[in-house]
Amino acid sequence: MAEHGNGDSTAVVKAGEGASNGYAIDNPGLPPHRPRLADVDEKAAKRSERQVAALFIVSIIGTLMFFVGYFAIARMDQFDDYFEGMSALRVQNTLIGVGTALAMLGIGLGIVHWAKTLMPDHEVTEARKPLRTEADRAEAEKIVTDVVEETQIKRRPLLRNTMIAAALLAPLPAVVVFRDLDRTADFGVERMRHSLWDEGVRLVRDPTGTPIRAADLTIGSAMHVIPENLREVSGHGDRLAEKAKAVVLIMRLNPDDLHEPTPGRENWSHEGIIACSKVCTHVGCPVALYERHTHHLLCPCHQSTFDASEEFKVTFGPAGRALPQLPITVDDEGFLIARSDFTEPVGPTYWERGHTDPEGDFPA
Amino acid sequence: MKALSQKRRHPFAFVALLLLGLLLTGGLYAAATTVNQAQASNTPDGFSSEQVEEGERLFVANCASCHGMNAEGSDAGPSLVGVGAASVEFQVGTGRMPMQMQGPQAQQKPPQFNEEQTSQLAAYVASLGAGPGIPDDEWLDVDQGDPARGGELFRINCAMCHNAAGAGGALTEGKYAPSLHGVDEVHIYTAMTTGPQNMPVFNDANIPPEDKRDIIAFLKTYEQQGSPGGFSLGFLGPVSEGLLIWTLGLALLIGSMVWLTSRSS
Repeated sequence: MAEHGNGDSTAVVKAGEGASNGYAIDNPGLPPHRPRLADVDEKAAKRSERQVAALFIVSIIGTLMFFVGYFAIARMDQFDDYFEGMSALRVQNTLIGVGTALAMLGIGLGIVHWAKTLMPDHEVTEARKPLRTEADRAEAEKIVTDVVEETQIKRRPLLRNTMIAAALLAPLPAVVVFRDLDRTADFGVERMRHSLWDEGVRLVRDPTGTPIRAADLTIGSAMHVIPENLREVSGHGDRLAEKAKAVVLIMRLNPDDLHEPTPGRENWSHEGIIACSKVCTHVGCPVALYERHTHHLLCPCHQSTFDASEEFKVTFGPAGRALPQLPITVDDEGFLIARSDFTEPVGPTYWERGHTDPEGDFPA
Repeated sequence: MKALSQKRRHPFAFVALLLLGLLLTGGLYAAATTVNQAQASNTPDGFSSEQVEEGERLFVANCASCHGMNAEGSDAGPSLVGVGAASVEFQVGTGRMPMQMQGPQAQQKPPQFNEEQTSQLAAYVASLGAGPGIPDDEWLDVDQGDPARGGELFRINCAMCHNAAGAGGALTEGKYAPSLHGVDEVHIYTAMTTGPQNMPVFNDANIPPEDKRDIIAFLKTYEQQGSPGGFSLGFLGPVSEGLLIWTLGLALLIGSMVWLTSRSS
């Protein structure tokens, strides 16, 4: 290590003094040391000192702002009026946020400014260490060969093989333990194939749970729907999981706008009312942005667009399959019911999903 | 019959036929006009027949070029039979109609008709066929609404297009769901009952008037309370926040790096 500038040195090549050493370009060396304003002018040094002190004072003010925001502003729940409470909360958040930012920034900027203007600014040169020495390499190699020799692993293959077998088997209990964290009967991919929809399950409004008559939907109407048996699911987590698979959007189109259904789907709609899964077949975002005239259904995550009039086929975007359609009809009392569960798994593709599209256009 | 066929060539037969023809045409015309009058006198609830007449005059002068002389629709605009007074209140009251130019959807602009003219047009359109009417003041009074319940209904039925904070969002092919901030209560209500442009219809069988009032109360509460975290950046979430941090945030970082590594003068 050699110093340059305030301390003198012999090892460092200064500008213009470099020898060619056989290279095409001379070593230019370091640029000449230039004294800063604060080095030569006592007034400039004083000014820097004041600037650094001012930055530290900004930090102190920031910390005080934090405490004012935290303790002096009344809490939201101490107001009778909701809106006054909200504006107090806004002031409080602003004071806490801006105060913390100033407290940290003031110290940081102050120290850097101090170091740059007032602390000694001599340049330092450190020569690069050799990357690899032959002696170190040989030593490391000797350690490895010694270990192999001393364990006798080459001479005693029985030891080696039993050790490998033991190490491979040891993690297997973890697989069993983790798998048995879920002991429900329908564990596995089968669960993803089925939802709460079944023959005769009523379509009810989300979130009120009231059943829907076909006449409730005028042409152009859209309604967000859950299965009636969802409320029978006990446990908040289970209910959310079942809801996530079963959410459905129904809409009524002019029946003339609906394209000819593919064979097997002739009775899936009721007087222009169609129902589809709201879970995108791409990565599972909720698809519910419905345009009543273009019949587009847009997924807000990656702009996959589905055409409701053509059995929800993909017309744009990364989704690989049409949205699963729920077959519906009406019961004796005129309420909308499902004809069956979805005929294919809802949501994104997974490994064991298998082919379900009739034409086989898309790989599983 | 024989007597009639014999008199066929009588000199007065032509005159008798002409008289008969004239009588038939005149009679039919008279009958048709009384039917028309009967329609016009069928004034919708809450409007007077003068309003319907005045509305028809305004309609013919301002709307008929696209919607047709009898509001039957044309290639340039849909039929208005059965869209109801609520549609007029929304489309004309927010300045979307008359439309400035054809495009993905009608743009909001300063209303082109005053309140009196708007209700006259509404009266005329309502007289064409039954449709959603203008809501009673009771359903627009946000003080009677429950903002918390309205928030839940809003997040299920509206937030996917209009954004969880009602700031609006993009749809397909240049269409968009507009921001709901600063929209009149009656226009929020009539938009739900009529489904303007590509918005689905949320009729009273789907969302009853009480629930609509709750939704309006939620929107008005949200509007009034402002953003508790300071700058809302238009409530657009990761879009505007990301833009800010990628431009201003990165510029600040690069600026401090330049400052850190530069020599002091």
